[in-house]
Amino acid sequence: MVRRRWIPLALALAVAVAPAHAQGPASRTVILSTTTSTQDSGLLDVLVPLFERKSGYSMKTISVGTGQALALAARGEADVTLAHAPEVEKKYVAEGKMHTRRLVMYNDFVIVGPAGDPARIKGDTSATAALRKIAAAQTRFVSRGDKSGTHTLELRLWARAGVAPGAPWYIESGQGMGATLGIANDRQAYTLTDRATLLAFARRVDLAVLVEGDRPLLNIYSVMEVNPANGPRVNAAGGTAFADFMLSPEAQKIIETFGVEKYGRPLFVPIAGKKDEDF
Amino acid sequence: MDLIAEGFRRAIGLLFGADPEIWAILWLSLQVSGTATAIALAAGIPLGVVLALTRFPGRTLLISAVNTGMGLPPVVVGLFVSLLLWRSGPFGAWEILYTPAAIVVAQAVIAAPIVTGITLAAVQNVPEVFRLQLLGLGASRAQMVRVVLRQARLPMLAAIMAGFGGIISEIGASMMVGGNIKGQTRTLTTAMVLETGKGNFDVAIALSILLLALVFLVNVALTSIQQRRPS
Repeated sequence: MVRRRWIPLALALAVAVAPAHAQGPASRTVILSTTTSTQDSGLLDVLVPLFERKSGYSMKTISVGTGQALALAARGEADVTLAHAPEVEKKYVAEGKMHTRRLVMYNDFVIVGPAGDPARIKGDTSATAALRKIAAAQTRFVSRGDKSGTHTLELRLWARAGVAPGAPWYIESGQGMGATLGIANDRQAYTLTDRATLLAFARRVDLAVLVEGDRPLLNIYSVMEVNPANGPRVNAAGGTAFADFMLSPEAQKIIETFGVEKYGRPLFVPIAGKKDEDF
Repeated sequence: MDLIAEGFRRAIGLLFGADPEIWAILWLSLQVSGTATAIALAAGIPLGVVLALTRFPGRTLLISAVNTGMGLPPVVVGLFVSLLLWRSGPFGAWEILYTPAAIVVAQAVIAAPIVTGITLAAVQNVPEVFRLQLLGLGASRAQMVRVVLRQARLPMLAAIMAGFGGIISEIGASMMVGGNIKGQTRTLTTAMVLETGKGNFDVAIALSILLLALVFLVNVALTSIQQRRPS
């Protein structure tokens, strides 16, 4: 009883005294749901402030797994989504939860593993063939296991290879790409990683790039707008403004050169205007 | 070993280089957890006193609930506070999800049972005979509570330390309800997870040094009050 009296007071107090940070009226705030790997690359730290300056919107970037990023958008908890799981994205678009899916950029995935390469996959041009060899040799493979875009792609590759991976050689980390690379390094295991994270961890992990360049390994990022009918208070105009910005020549130019300074090579290739069929 | 030594060296460089972003993160963490502790005290102390000094049906059940709450997992709090503050949730209209206010709410919920539980134990530790004597000497109930609280002030300071220490180092709820937004809701702990994920171990080490130093300083301040000779 006593307790009940205090809860509203505590909540009211929290709102009253909490440090007031730049948060304009609702319609000036745009919520972007995106994936941890996008955030980890640092690209959004460059693009988001520029978008805020140019548009006058204040942006909140929520980086979670791809599964959650899209689920949040489908509930109207975000206004625009930047993701890299085309199959899942198309499903959401088909269901009407998201609309105007446009390709923004790509980077690529690679299969890495111990330099000794016990499953002998080095130089394979087909990712699925390489996975089949790993399964046949029962060499350790670390999976993200977190419904992320990377994990989604990995599962699709296993399905295409006709293999149902399982313990004891198949390890699910349930963590982000960086942590997963650390585990793979520690256990001398294979794993599937995006190149950006691998470059960021190049000095910490001793894993070699063994398979690259296969078409299914292209990691295509799309921007999608949230259907305002998904929930109350969806800022549709703000979502569209950010999607348009990502495809603008200015943003595309920044994407083209991002990463050169730090890694000596760009992390992403801008592809505004292209369609899925072009790849 | 190299990584650890190198990490510490660069961390100290970052701290003395006075990177404004790191200091802003520190300041935000202090503000958020300080506010949440204050709310937890405002709610927890009266509740703890009432639970210690009164008898009513369901009291044991309520105390068990408080004791369970002392070990409330932050991610559970984060999840439920998120659900409540979602745009589609009952408090969606407030639009405070992904703001520091949301973290304050979640952290206050985590700290309140800790403060309540320790207050309850502290007040109950004051002998009942002492309370009856006070009342017998003609003290009003309010006066009696004031004297009892003064008697219990040493463990009460422990309640502040436990509450603050618990929430400033908490990660699950801050991540979920704050969203770890750069320049807005990035706290010491969420920044640490992010920097570790990015492979910037030196920054993560710098942040962990700051976090430990901050908790240590707060505890030094509170302990020196606690251990001062009663005048």
